[in-house]
Amino acid sequence: MTELTKAKALWIYETMVRIRRFEERSIELFQAGELPGFLHAYIGEEAVAAGVCAHLTPKDQITSTHRGHGHMVAKGLRYEGMFAELYARRTGYCKGKGGSMHIADQDLGVLGANGIVGGGIPIAAGAALGIKLKGGKHVVVSFFGDGASNEGAFHEGINLASVWKLPAVFVCENNGFAESTPRATHQAVRDVADRAKAYGIPGVSVDGMDPAAVYETAGEAIARARKGEGPTLIEAKTMRFLGHYVGDPGTAYGHDKEVVKWKKRDPILAFGAFLEKKKWLAAKEREEVRARVNAEIERGVEFARGSPEPDLSDALTDIYASL
Amino acid sequence: MREILFREAIVEAMAEEMARDETVFLLGEDIAEFGGSYKTTVGLLEKFGRERVRNTPISEQGIVGAALGAALMGLRPVAELMYIDFSAVAMDQIVNQVAKVRYMFGGKAKTALVIRTQGGAGRSSAAQHAQSLEAWFVHVPGLKVVMPSTPRDAKGLLKSAIRDDDPVFFIEHKLLYLQKGPVPEEDYTIPLGVAEVKREGRDLTIVATSSMVGKSLQAAAELEKEGVSCEVVDPRTLFPLDKETILASVRKTGRLLITHEAVQRCGWGAEMAAIAAREAFDHLDAPIVRVCAKETPVPFAPKLESHVIPNKDDVIAGARALLETA
Repeated sequence: MTELTKAKALWIYETMVRIRRFEERSIELFQAGELPGFLHAYIGEEAVAAGVCAHLTPKDQITSTHRGHGHMVAKGLRYEGMFAELYARRTGYCKGKGGSMHIADQDLGVLGANGIVGGGIPIAAGAALGIKLKGGKHVVVSFFGDGASNEGAFHEGINLASVWKLPAVFVCENNGFAESTPRATHQAVRDVADRAKAYGIPGVSVDGMDPAAVYETAGEAIARARKGEGPTLIEAKTMRFLGHYVGDPGTAYGHDKEVVKWKKRDPILAFGAFLEKKKWLAAKEREEVRARVNAEIERGVEFARGSPEPDLSDALTDIYASL
Repeated sequence: MREILFREAIVEAMAEEMARDETVFLLGEDIAEFGGSYKTTVGLLEKFGRERVRNTPISEQGIVGAALGAALMGLRPVAELMYIDFSAVAMDQIVNQVAKVRYMFGGKAKTALVIRTQGGAGRSSAAQHAQSLEAWFVHVPGLKVVMPSTPRDAKGLLKSAIRDDDPVFFIEHKLLYLQKGPVPEEDYTIPLGVAEVKREGRDLTIVATSSMVGKSLQAAAELEKEGVSCEVVDPRTLFPLDKETILASVRKTGRLLITHEAVQRCGWGAEMAAIAAREAFDHLDAPIVRVCAKETPVPFAPKLESHVIPNKDDVIAGARALLETA
């Protein structure tokens, strides 16, 4: 069993705050017209990214999704490069060529957010195969949503990982909606974790609003993967607090009503209370965390605003390594 | 020089590159004990073991996605798609992932991988096992596309493709596997992006790909008897394209015939024709002619299949028509 130490708990708390504040600030900037494109906010699901990534080193890899900012922050990507990417600046993680849905940093073990639902799952299996062939002890975690669990890529990727016993963990962030389509109309199974049976691997459902529970479940799965015992499918039941994209009120498909009860279980508030009770982090210290994160956020935003836009010639570079 | 089969040249290329670089490994359907549906991996399991000659489930997007993931981790996978037709099943991974990650990630992703596949008609394989879909892949920035026509080219180009740091879509033709040809015994590579003049001539240029190269050479030999001198150029790599070699030939002969086994509409030949029209306009003495498959799915009946797929006589007829125009 994976024990949640004070140090890990504090890391998880701060990581959740870092994710939340990044998203809140991004939304402000987007609504102020400073950011091109569109955003999918991770607010509400922070416990999943933080609870899972608390076990990962920079050499462990992740694949992420269109709703990927939370995974990036939890994996250690810096605000400067992330904001600069959202601002489409040359100093962004992808030189302004990827944007919100394609942030990646292989040095920190991020094989990319992904604009294609489920697209990262076979890639994660391949990365795990790469690690295995090179004799490494690292693992790959693939994050995706309940919608992705209906894609063929989900089946093909997890089947490969299971038949080859690869060091991979598949984390389904089940927020109950595939874009605007509620669970009951897109899959007959209530628990995505049940699908693990089809691959002969463990499938575990966990409360995705509780970072301690996510931490424990992910710890077991990741330890299993590191030991060469193969992949696990984790289903974290969670909820995005906002619409599918920033600007979607969620009213057309019942999300606005559904989300009310989930907001009462805000993972940051709940975990803050847990830490207070444990006497690990007092209210005043939580304020300090917030202030520290806010200052870092503003440095990131200022860095991005002060960064150069790409040159027009950049449009035609990085397509090939060589021609 | 010794002569070996096209498919043996493919096996040799992979065996040599696997011996040379331990990051090279193979994955695909039925490539281990079975040796590949067209025997292009025969003997490699015994030489390199199960980890590096990896049978996969029938999972085309899994195969391509896994190849990409492994490439991102610094390996050099060679993925086999049993038929080019099956690439349609893997299209997200090929087009949205493999071709895009380097660019989307600002040039930092490692994407050294080869997707080997096999296409073309001629064996009554019908509409889902006999297509020529190369234009789909040439159309996507981020991919390189190779279509060899001889055993020697196949080996040298495949070795280069495996060493290349970009994703290479490598298309073999099912009818060429049993074609024999001279292949040097010593180590050699053929660089991507270099065309070859397969036959020199004066009166017209035939740009031919894959199986149409051999048919064009036969056509050229027959036309020679009538006093018509054809130059046959094989681009070998459709992207990057060696425009200079092709255009130099067109400027010399003043007439261009393009032939491929894919259907004409939006085929690779359309791009080639546009390039020639733009860049060698003043040298063209007649409108460009294309000799391609008829615009239909590939039929099963041998009689119909050979009717829709261009052959030597179609190339000859095209050449005559081209020479008759002022």
